[in-house]
Amino acid sequence: MKILYQIGEYVLMVLQAFKRPDKGFVFRRQLLYDFKRLGVDSISIIAIISLFTGGIIAIQMAYNIDSPFIAKSIIGFSTRQMLVLEISPTIISLILAGKVGSRIASEIGTMRITEQIDALRVMGVNPPNYLILPKITAAVIYFPVLIVFSIFLGILGGWIMGSITGLIPSADYIIGIRSWFDPFTLTYAMIKTVVFAFIITSVSAYKGYTVKGGSVEVGQASTEAIVVSSILIIFFDLILTQLLLT
Amino acid sequence: MIEVKNISKSFGDQLIVDNISTVFEEGQTNLIIGQSGSGKTVLMKCCIGLYDVDSGEVDFHGRRFSNIPDKKRKHIRQEMGVLFQGGALFDSLTVEENIMFPLDMFTKMSLKEKKERVNFVLENVNLSGNNGKYPAELSGGMTKRVAIARAISLMPKYLFADEPNSGLDPKTAERIDQLLSSLTRKFNMTTVINTHDMNSVLQIGEKICFINEGKLCWEGTKETILKTEKKELNDFVFATELTRRIKPLKTNR
Repeated sequence: MKILYQIGEYVLMVLQAFKRPDKGFVFRRQLLYDFKRLGVDSISIIAIISLFTGGIIAIQMAYNIDSPFIAKSIIGFSTRQMLVLEISPTIISLILAGKVGSRIASEIGTMRITEQIDALRVMGVNPPNYLILPKITAAVIYFPVLIVFSIFLGILGGWIMGSITGLIPSADYIIGIRSWFDPFTLTYAMIKTVVFAFIITSVSAYKGYTVKGGSVEVGQASTEAIVVSSILIIFFDLILTQLLLT
Repeated sequence: MIEVKNISKSFGDQLIVDNISTVFEEGQTNLIIGQSGSGKTVLMKCCIGLYDVDSGEVDFHGRRFSNIPDKKRKHIRQEMGVLFQGGALFDSLTVEENIMFPLDMFTKMSLKEKKERVNFVLENVNLSGNNGKYPAELSGGMTKRVAIARAISLMPKYLFADEPNSGLDPKTAERIDQLLSSLTRKFNMTTVINTHDMNSVLQIGEKICFINEGKLCWEGTKETILKTEKKELNDFVFATELTRRIKPLKTNR
């Protein structure tokens, strides 16, 4: 019963959030603020993880495909495919669920327990619309940019590691990443990212928005936001993959 | 004028506010007093529409406010300023942005006019020149005064304050009381303050409602509160050594 109640509460909150903002310029100001906090502030961690992950995938591919009958360019091809199809959209989204999700849940949760959300309500402001809509919008627009950036850096990381270690000749790697490219794989990655961005921001906002109690409960909400978002990301990853790739 | 008519509010099977009726007059500082857990915060939250009442109604100058859709409440809400216990300032905004927030949301004032209004209300709470500070950089008393400035930025008809001097030293608490009282007179607001601080009661209580176990037990003024025979009220008023000492002095007058 509790889960049904929570789903209902979540849907009502999202519906409240998706109303026309009272003042356009206030919404734009919040949106720019959230672009920075949710998107720009995540660039460094995404860059580091993507670069290293790309390198690791390339080395592992080289280790697994150690046969004179298989062209070395397959390493570049496989690295690109793994990054585009799964690593960047899903794994990076899981990382963003930790970083951005906990931030949203704790920020909104703290606003709840310090009566800032009540203050918005008594002023006649729609709190989900003012607080949550800009976050969802910022994530849905900015996360695909981060994922493209992550794919690029991952491929670059693979090339750097392949060249440094001498496992993959640079020319073969470049031939591999340019081979058999299906643009739909990128569309698939972008669709997944948009769905995951919505899940991360809305679920984390819900967890923060419904906090009752004090700082302990805010911490708990933050953890729950990450756990629930991560589970939903994996669940929707499976569904979207089944729907879009088969 | 705010009319509270027979309102009741319960959570689960616990009745917190039990059939309370009273009137908060315009241009007066009205106090709701009572022990912690007596139901005064719930009563105030019913008045400002944060809780829907189970029965009864709250009217603002004859306009119904309780248990109606949020959309219809919006107009009255914009005539209302609320000071929360902890100030409830938005952490990510500066003092100026906090005060400007209601102006941004509900007025068509130009930026120059908004800045002038911010400076005007900051001057009224004796905080001129603190526009660029963030809430984290303010002391407890300053936070409360900024919250008061934000609450009066739209020049409200009604001002509500929930324990405005809790957690403050006596001198700052007195300053906040005086500020609320003088702003009430200056802008002819209907001010309702929740408190259990006897200093506030004796200083600014033009009308006092004593709530005990969810019921309105007594109504009067700062002049009559020390002379009452009501046992529950006397237990509350003379709970401290200081008030016990002034009791003979006051009652002999």
